[in-house]
Amino acid sequence: MEYFIQQLINGLTLGSIYGLVAIGYTMVYGIIGMINFAHGDIFMLGGFAALIVFLIATSFFAGIPVALLLLLMLVVGMLMTGLWNWTIERVAYRPLRGSFRLAPLITAIGMSIVLSNFIQVTQGPRNKPIPQLVTDVYHIGDITISLKQIIIVIITAVLLFAFWYIVNKTPLGRAQRATEQDRKMAALLGVDVDKTISITFVMGAALAAVAGCMYLMYYGVASFNDGFIPGVKAFTAAVLGGIGSLPGAVLGGLMIGLIESLWSAYFTIAYKDVATFGLLAFVLIFKPTGILGRPEVEKV
Amino acid sequence: MAGENLLKVQGVETYYGNIRALSGVDVEVNKGEIVSLIGANGAGKSTLMMTICGSPQAKTGQVIFDGEDITRLPTHLIARKRIAQSPEGRRIFPRMTVLENLQMGANLDNLKYFKEDVEKIFVLFPRLKERQSQRGGTLSGGEQQMLSIGRALMARPKLLLLDEPSLGLAPLIVKGIFEAIKKLNQEEGLTVFLVEQNAFAALKLSDRAYVMVNGRVTMSGSGKELLANPEVRAAYLEGGRH
Ligand SMILES: Nc1ncnc2c1ncn2[C@@H]1O[C@H](COP(=O)(O)OP(=O)(O)O)[C@@H](O)[C@H]1O
Ligand SMILES: [Mg+2]
Repeated sequence: MEYFIQQLINGLTLGSIYGLVAIGYTMVYGIIGMINFAHGDIFMLGGFAALIVFLIATSFFAGIPVALLLLLMLVVGMLMTGLWNWTIERVAYRPLRGSFRLAPLITAIGMSIVLSNFIQVTQGPRNKPIPQLVTDVYHIGDITISLKQIIIVIITAVLLFAFWYIVNKTPLGRAQRATEQDRKMAALLGVDVDKTISITFVMGAALAAVAGCMYLMYYGVASFNDGFIPGVKAFTAAVLGGIGSLPGAVLGGLMIGLIESLWSAYFTIAYKDVATFGLLAFVLIFKPTGILGRPEVEKV
Repeated sequence: MAGENLLKVQGVETYYGNIRALSGVDVEVNKGEIVSLIGANGAGKSTLMMTICGSPQAKTGQVIFDGEDITRLPTHLIARKRIAQSPEGRRIFPRMTVLENLQMGANLDNLKYFKEDVEKIFVLFPRLKERQSQRGGTLSGGEQQMLSIGRALMARPKLLLLDEPSLGLAPLIVKGIFEAIKKLNQEEGLTVFLVEQNAFAALKLSDRAYVMVNGRVTMSGSGKELLANPEVRAAYLEGGRH
């Protein structure tokens, strides 16, 4: 039983990270109906931005408090990835708006390759380790919870609430939903559609940066390749939860995190990805729009 | 103030790809008027409404609003000049509540006048008050039309564009909507440019009207004149609807 609860906690932590990345996929899909395949690499960039901040900060200010260091890593990461994703949308996707449906998709795959190769060339192909930032652990009976895990889950929960609030309760969120539901009508009501789409990309990137920073803190390494497998898992989470749905992205992320850690605990770890994608296939057979997705037909 | 020019469309041509939908269209609307545009299906009426709002933009010609050339302005900046449209097909946001749809209308002023304005809309269309927390997509056609007009009014427009407000609605609801338009015009001095296939009701309501055929304006005059014109009667009134 303790073992099971332990795996649950590990799964929840990993799932939070997937969920944060999945939100970026789902928001962009919601507003312009395209899968931003470069989003996984934005997550990877967030990790590298955090890594670089870590290296600079610790070499210039040796005694910097850990909390301040983490905050710096998060904020700089969010700014950097926000700028990257804004630029990508501006130069690679916006000119293709109104083109045939596959064009932005192919471009997104291209951008993904550009970003991971850029990091591979500039940062090197090997894994970059950082020392453990947060080492405290707590024991409850036989269960171990690390402070890292608590930080990750809490930051995720806070950000989710903040995003839910922005999307549902603010003028910006209303403009985003209007743009999503009828872009032309939104413009007729004075919404600057291009700006709204740009902001959506920046918001998604900021969440991915947070996820990238936590991933770095959790595993202690960053690699140019991190955009790929974790990126695909987060995308899977978004589809599983119902692409376009914010709560769906989080639910999908948590489910995938849990499946991975439980499968690894009780079955062969080598097949954990098979289990994840098997679940996806299974859900899509019975509910093609994902768990919380809405049916496509209701378009007015 | 009344009689002064508000909207002037001059020699406008609009294309969809290579296909010309409007050819040399000239239309004027003065402050305080109700002007209608009638014509058969596919004549280009909705295209003109959308061209005024810059989506699509006119390829040649000019759209002048309140003395300012707005032909090349992007749609959202034209909206900020206080031209509000209730477009063809109503275009309600289906997954937003009635209240949120109205908030979208008041977007330009950041909801500054929302409370007082929404009360006015609820007086005009009491049905919307009953349905305020219901999603737009679940409303009946008549309710959606009221919401679409209400949403446009929330922008405090100087010019209200209405594209076929009577389409697909029961006669009693149409009557209510036309009365509401008349009331806004008389009591608030609202300027209205109206597209209708229901030519009889539109001409009766309007100060002036234009007839459009195949992307061109072929006739214009006061509502009364056109109602009495034999050509108009044959094509749009006695021959029934197209
Ligand atoms: N989005 C569009 N793309 C291509 N052609 C269009 C589009 N919208 C309208 N048209 C064409 O332009 C012409 C005028 O259409 P429209 O303005 O909708 O007429 P009306 O509102 O008078 O019925 C029609 O021939 C129609 O087929
Ligand atoms: Mg039309």
